[in-house]
Amino acid sequence: MKKVLLGNEAIARGAFEAGCTVVASYPGTPSTEITESVARDFPDIKSQWSPNEKVAFEVAAGASVAGARSMTCMKHVGLNVAADPLFTFSYTGVNGGLVIINADDPGAWSSQNEQDNRHYARAAKVPMLEPSDPQEAKDFTRAAFELSEKYDRPVIVRTTTRISHSQGIVELADPEQYQIKPFVRNPKKFVMIPAHARPRHIVIEELMLKLRDASATLPFNRIEWGSTKRGIITAGASYNYVKETCPDDSILKIGLMWPLPDELIRQFAQKVEELIIVEELDPFIEKYVRMMGIKCKGKELIPLCGELTPDIVDAALNGNAHENRIPPYAGKIPARPPALCKGCPHIAVFSVLKKLDLNVNGDIGCYTLGVLPPYSAMHSQGCMGASIGMHLGFEKANPALARNSVAVIGDSTFIHSGITPLIDLVYNKGTGTVLILDNRITSMTGHQENPSTGVTLRGEPTYELNLEALCRACGVDRVTVIDPNNIEEFEKVVKEEVAAEAPSVIIARRKCILKK
Amino acid sequence: MMKSVVFAGVGGQGVILASKVLMETAMNAGYDVRESEVHGMAQRGGSVECNVRFGKKVYSPLIPKGGADFVIAFEMLEALRKLEYLNDDGKLIVNRFQITPSSVQNGDAEYPTDIEPWIIENVKNQLFVDTAEALKTVGNAKSLNIMMLGVLSQYLDFTTEDWHSAIRSLVKPKFIDLNISAFEKGRELSQ
Repeated sequence: MKKVLLGNEAIARGAFEAGCTVVASYPGTPSTEITESVARDFPDIKSQWSPNEKVAFEVAAGASVAGARSMTCMKHVGLNVAADPLFTFSYTGVNGGLVIINADDPGAWSSQNEQDNRHYARAAKVPMLEPSDPQEAKDFTRAAFELSEKYDRPVIVRTTTRISHSQGIVELADPEQYQIKPFVRNPKKFVMIPAHARPRHIVIEELMLKLRDASATLPFNRIEWGSTKRGIITAGASYNYVKETCPDDSILKIGLMWPLPDELIRQFAQKVEELIIVEELDPFIEKYVRMMGIKCKGKELIPLCGELTPDIVDAALNGNAHENRIPPYAGKIPARPPALCKGCPHIAVFSVLKKLDLNVNGDIGCYTLGVLPPYSAMHSQGCMGASIGMHLGFEKANPALARNSVAVIGDSTFIHSGITPLIDLVYNKGTGTVLILDNRITSMTGHQENPSTGVTLRGEPTYELNLEALCRACGVDRVTVIDPNNIEEFEKVVKEEVAAEAPSVIIARRKCILKK
Repeated sequence: MMKSVVFAGVGGQGVILASKVLMETAMNAGYDVRESEVHGMAQRGGSVECNVRFGKKVYSPLIPKGGADFVIAFEMLEALRKLEYLNDDGKLIVNRFQITPSSVQNGDAEYPTDIEPWIIENVKNQLFVDTAEALKTVGNAKSLNIMMLGVLSQYLDFTTEDWHSAIRSLVKPKFIDLNISAFEKGRELSQ
């Protein structure tokens, strides 16, 4: 049966076809729809939102060690959060297949950076598959579970925005009837004390070499012979642009991005007169090919920064400029940047912060839009949870800053990575004020439940995390809960708490205007 | 044969569903289809764009500049923004409707007043449609996306039944009749 699926839906389907039992994730564009699709379309899979990617990874790893096929999905920066378990569960290996879906965002459409997570596969010594379309997204995800078990490795499937958020026709297959394996106690494999880690390191290096040697015969890489005047090595979204703009060239399509297939690369390079590597972001394949002593061109033609497009590839490889066919509009076209919705509770918060002219250490969420006009009221921001630690750093650098600055963080982001820095702020005698913008949902990624909403991904009622009690337990005595749309009272509270020489939390609680 | 269609609008206008219906229609007619869409932060009232391509075999879901056979703009400013996609014979279909962007609300920019005359002068193959009245007759402004497909349908070779069955399979059951009626109104608008 054929169906039009979003790349992310195809990944969910692949997990279903592989007989996956557990999916644990944290939302993040462009990965979010994978786990939502699992919950919606495959309710027999135990799917969940975890508080952050590290926890999600560990839940999936636990399920794998316990014998089930399991998956965790995250955006590129999410894998930074989950890097700790990634590197050590690489040493332990798996019992049931363990698959990590990593969605990169070249072009930073919805991200704070353009990091290229192919480096994680090499650094953590785990296989990485990279699909080029929704059909491969499904097939590779399914195959990743088998690969994981066969080579005893967690396997990363890497997508980018143009794979995750691209639809195409997918031929569906019947699901495998996967039997959950028994959990067998094996501390030498699953408890990484140094005495166990050292021999495991040797084992995993051998496993990766074994996989590299097999990679020429695995179905992920293929050579499409055309003219041998020019050969192009490419992968993922870039493959599509090469196929469209260079239909006559020979192509080595890489589907198994790590370990790279030495033998195939050598065979291919020997037969073509000129070798070009077309890849988005870093020269990952290019450096490997050069390291093999093979002459090639790459980043001198293809940009290092930003997303590739067919236009860029056509210009770089064929010298074809794609120009506007219509003369450009003579006047100015006003920008239409994303903005806080009409009636959004963050609007009141940022109006007050702007009015009081406070320094604002910001965080990741819809409220990051507070940096833009008309508020222009955010002055630092980095990664999930950074606002509170940075706020303490401000105070340590210059105690006066504690009296004219705040940290601003959303409910979901606070639970993700804000609790430990709040503990730090109290423990290390900070006196700053933290605003938790509690709009009762994880809003920016499209309204996902979180531990403070009292509802699970599957729509079941559950324990509703009490943020005020949690902050008090961290040692914050001054905790105020207030509706920010009660603007005069809210302003008064902000002034009082910032002035107070004691740590304080203001929970600005009003549900997202889009939440039903 | 490959056809490339750009849908352009503003978050909330239903651009992604429009592209889904076109894809379903094209797949059922035997074509390969690829699409690319914008999610996440780009959605908060920002510009939204979907690229849909169908043909014997489609690789790139992204349409090159000067490569679109159709640009379907749900909003006038977005029409201006996506002109770079149109090919020499490409058709621009514009909903005569304006949504003020935040940059204009903040006083940082002005909404151009000459969009329609400028387009008529510079784009040889264009059509402006008034959906506001038609949407009132249909009774739901949210069916704008399907109405715009109705306009587009006059220039593509799919049968009415192809379109209707795609709509039926993709919209919620209780909205099917409403959307079929919006689609038919759209067909009238293109005349």
